[in-house]
Amino acid sequence: MRGRARTWRKRSVLPGFGLSLGFTIAYLGLVVLVPLAALVIKSAGLGAAEFWRLATDPRTLAALRLSFGTALVAATINAVFGALIAWVLVRYRFFGRRFLDAVIDLPFALPTAVAGIALTSLYAPNGWVGQFLQPLGLKVAYAPAGIVVALTFVSLPFVVRTVEPVLAEIDRELEEAAATLGASRAQTMFKVIVPALLPALLTGFALALARAVGEYGSVIFIAGNIPYVSEIAPLLIVIRLEEFDYAGATAVAAVMLAIAFVMLFVINLLQAWSRRRFGYGS
Amino acid sequence: MDIVLQNISKAFDDYPAVHDISLAIRSGELIALLGPSGSGKTTLLRLIAGLEFLDRGRILFGDEDASAKSVQERNVGFVFQHYALFKQMNVADNVGFGLRVRPRASRPGRTEIRRRALELLDLVQLSGLEKRFPMQLSGGQRQRVALARALAIEPAVLLLDEPFGALDAKVRKELRRWLRDLHERTGHTTVFVTHDQEEALELADRVVVMNAGRVEQVGTADDIYDAPASPFVHGFIGESSSLPVTLSGGTILVAGRPSGLVGAGAGAARLFFRPGHVDLLRPGERGIAGVVTGSRRLTDRRRLEIAVGGSHSVEIDVPSLPETSGVLETGSEVVFRPREFRLYGESETAPRRAA
Amino acid sequence: MAAELSGAPLRISRPVRRGRSATTEAPAVRVALVGLVFVFLGFFLMLPLVAVFVEALRGGISAYLAAIVEPDALAAIRLTLIVAAIAVPANMVFGVAAAWAVAKFEFKGKSLLVTLIDLPFSVSPVISGLVYVLLFGAQGFFGPFLDAHGVEIIFAVPGIVLATIFVTFPFVARELIPLMQEQGSGDEEAALSLGASGFTTFLLVTLPNVKWALLYGVLLCNARAMGEFGAVSVVSGHIRGLTNTMPLHVEILYNEYSFAAAFAVASLLALLALFTLALKTFLEWRFAGAIAAERAH
Repeated sequence: MRGRARTWRKRSVLPGFGLSLGFTIAYLGLVVLVPLAALVIKSAGLGAAEFWRLATDPRTLAALRLSFGTALVAATINAVFGALIAWVLVRYRFFGRRFLDAVIDLPFALPTAVAGIALTSLYAPNGWVGQFLQPLGLKVAYAPAGIVVALTFVSLPFVVRTVEPVLAEIDRELEEAAATLGASRAQTMFKVIVPALLPALLTGFALALARAVGEYGSVIFIAGNIPYVSEIAPLLIVIRLEEFDYAGATAVAAVMLAIAFVMLFVINLLQAWSRRRFGYGS
Repeated sequence: MDIVLQNISKAFDDYPAVHDISLAIRSGELIALLGPSGSGKTTLLRLIAGLEFLDRGRILFGDEDASAKSVQERNVGFVFQHYALFKQMNVADNVGFGLRVRPRASRPGRTEIRRRALELLDLVQLSGLEKRFPMQLSGGQRQRVALARALAIEPAVLLLDEPFGALDAKVRKELRRWLRDLHERTGHTTVFVTHDQEEALELADRVVVMNAGRVEQVGTADDIYDAPASPFVHGFIGESSSLPVTLSGGTILVAGRPSGLVGAGAGAARLFFRPGHVDLLRPGERGIAGVVTGSRRLTDRRRLEIAVGGSHSVEIDVPSLPETSGVLETGSEVVFRPREFRLYGESETAPRRAA
Repeated sequence: MAAELSGAPLRISRPVRRGRSATTEAPAVRVALVGLVFVFLGFFLMLPLVAVFVEALRGGISAYLAAIVEPDALAAIRLTLIVAAIAVPANMVFGVAAAWAVAKFEFKGKSLLVTLIDLPFSVSPVISGLVYVLLFGAQGFFGPFLDAHGVEIIFAVPGIVLATIFVTFPFVARELIPLMQEQGSGDEEAALSLGASGFTTFLLVTLPNVKWALLYGVLLCNARAMGEFGAVSVVSGHIRGLTNTMPLHVEILYNEYSFAAAFAVASLLALLALFTLALKTFLEWRFAGAIAAERAH
C-alpha cells in the first residue's frame, strides 16, 4: 500500500498516512460533516419558496439584524482594545503583565452561561454597575446594549491572540528605519506598524465577529429576549425548536450557517493574501 | 559633511560596548568599521545614527553637536542589515517614505516625491520595479531599495550595517563594486560596518579596526595590512603566525637560539609574520628551526605546520615544487626565516627587515 | 596616525541627555496605555469573575455548600464529568491523528481539510445542537429507526456527548497542527533511519516533541467540554437529575430565581476556568524553555 506511487500525495518514509488520514476523515465526516449536511438537506427539502418565506420572516430578519449589529459593535470594540492590549503585552514590561496575559483567555475558559449570569447581575438595575447607569438613563441589562457587553466579553481574546504573535515578529529595525527617515513616533505608528498589523487585525476582527454572531449562552440571560427588540438569532432557533417548528429553526440556522461559511472563507482569503503579500500571517 | 566623534562611550548593563572612541571622518570619505562580532562596531554605527544614546563624549556633524539631537533630527541615511523595508508598501512608496513624513512646510508635493523616488530607483538600477513589493524582490534588489530609501532624504551621512552580510557570495562581490562606483558618483560621507576584511580593504578609503569596544587602528588598506599597529590587527587582518621570542643584545632568540633576525630591545616579545612571507633555508643556515607536523596542499603552495621549540606551532607557506615535496614530509626538520615580521612587546612596535 | 584622531580630546565628560529610544513611547504615554488596559480588562473580565464568587457566597457558606451537595446539582456534576471523560479523549485521539496526517505528509486537499477541522468554531453552538436534533430527533432522519429500536440519543446522554464532541472538536488538532508543521519530519526520519519502528518513533520522538501543546489543547478542550451551554441546551431536554449538565443546572436555578444556588454551581465552573488558566500559565512559566524549544524546533 505504501510502496505504490500515488499522484495525489508526495511519497514519504514516515508510516501511518493511510491510518491517520483515514481516521481523520471518517471522524470529521461522522461528527461534523454528516450532521451539517443534514441541516443543508433539511433546508433544501423545504423548497425555495418556503425557505424564502421562513428566512425573510420579519421576526427572523429582526433577530439576524440584531445578532449582526451587536456582533459588529462588539468586534469593533475588541479590534480597538485588542490591538491596544496586544501592544501593551508585547512591548511593555510592567508589574502584573503575566497576570494580564493569563486573564485574556478567561472568556475562552469561563463557561458562557456563567459569564451570562455574572454580567447580568452586574448590569441589572440594582447591580454593581447597573445602579450607576440607571440614574443616567442608561439601560444595559435586558436591552441590546447588554448583548453588546456579553458579546464583547466572549470575543475579547480573538483580536489580542491574533495580533500578538504578528506584533512580536515585527522587527524593531522597521521602526528604527522609519525614525532614521525622519518619521515621528505617531507617523511610525500609523504609517508603518498599523498597516503591518492590518491583516492580523482583520483576521482577529473576523474571528471575533464569527464567534459573536453565533453566541448564545452568555447573551440569553442579559438580553431580555423581547421579540423584535432583544431576541438574537440563535435564541430564535431554540424557540422554534421548542415550538417543534423544525422548518423554521432550520431556515434560520441555514442562513446563519451560510453567513458563517462566508466569514470563514473571508478569513482564509485574508490569511492567504497577507501570506502572499507580506510573507506572514497565521 | 565631516563627522567627528569625541571620546564617546556606551555601556549596556555595565558591559562597555564602545569605550572612549575618538575618530574624525572627512567629508566624502568611505569608512569601514571592521572587527569581530562583539567588537562594538554596530553599536558605534547606531550611536552615530542616534539609535543609541551616548553615555559620554559627543558627536559632531560638521560644526553642529549632533549628540543632543534625536534620530529623526539627525538626517542620517541608515541601511539596516536586513534592510527593514516596509513590507506593506511597494518599492516607490518605500523610497519616498522619508519625504512623505516630513512636516507639511518642507514636504515636497506628491508628484515631486514620486519623481524623486523614480530618479533614485534609476540611480540604483531598479527602474521598472517601483510597483513591486519587497517580498517580490531578490536580496540584492532589496538591498538597493534600502539604499535608495536612505539616499532619498539627502542624508548628512550614509550609514550601512553589514550591507552585504545577508547576500550570497556572487551578489556580494557585484554589489561591492557597484557601491564603490555609486559612492564615487554621489560623494556621500559613508560609514559601513563589516566583519569581512576583504570587503573592508577593497571598498573603504580608510578602515577602522575595532576590538572589544576600542579602536585598534585607523588607516588605509596598506597601512593596516603592511603596518598593523597591534598584535590584534596583525592576527585579524590576513593570515598570520606568531611565536614567543626573547630579545637580547639586538638579536632575536627563538626557543633560546639565535634566529638570524635582529630587533632592538630586551626581554620577552612576540614575533608575528605572514605565512607567505618566509624563505626556506638550507639545513644548518641560521634561521628558525622546527619539525614539520603537518602538510597540506593549497592551490599553488604547500602549507606546513611546524612545531618550533617543541611546543609552539606556526604555519608557513612554501612553493609547491616537485623537489620540495619529498623533503617536507611530516617529521622532517626545516629551517625558515620570515622576510618581513613584526615584534610586539611592551615597547616594541616598529617593523624591521630581516638581516 | 595621531593626525587621524580628532584634535584635543575632551577631558570633561559632559552628561549627555539620556533621551528615549527611537522605538518606544514617552513614559507618560506608556503608563497611560498600561493603565487603560488594566481598567478595561478589570472592568470587562475581572469584575464578572469577582461577581460570580460574591453572588455565590451572598447566602453564606452553608447555603453555598447546600446548593452544591443538593442531589440535582450532584447529578449535574456527575453528568458533566462523564461527558467530558468521553468527549475529551475522543477529540484528543482525533487531534493527534489529524495533526500527524496534516503535518507530516503532503497531499492534495490538505488546506481544505484544515479548514474543515476548524469549521465547528465558526458554527453557532445552537446550530451544533440543532444538527443532531435533525439527525436523531423524533422527526429527524434517523428518528423513526432509533425509536423502533429503543435507542435514545436526543434528550439523553448520547446526544449531549455528541454535541459536546462537535463543539470541542478542533481544540487539540489546532494546537498540534501548526506546531508539528513547524517541526517538520526531521526527527522522525532520523529515528526511522536509526531503526526505530513507526509506532516507536511516534511514541518516543513525536509525542515528547509536542507534549506541551497537546496538554494545552486538552486543557482548553476540557474547559469547553465542561462549560458548553448552547449546543447541549438544544439536545438535552433539561430533564433534572438525568440530562442536566452543570451549565444547564445553572440556567434552571437562575430562571427559578434561586440566584445564590445558581451562582454557587456557577462558581464551580468558574473555579474550573481559573484552574485551567492557572495551569496553563504555570506551565508556560515553568517550562518556558521547553516550550520555546518545541517552537524553535
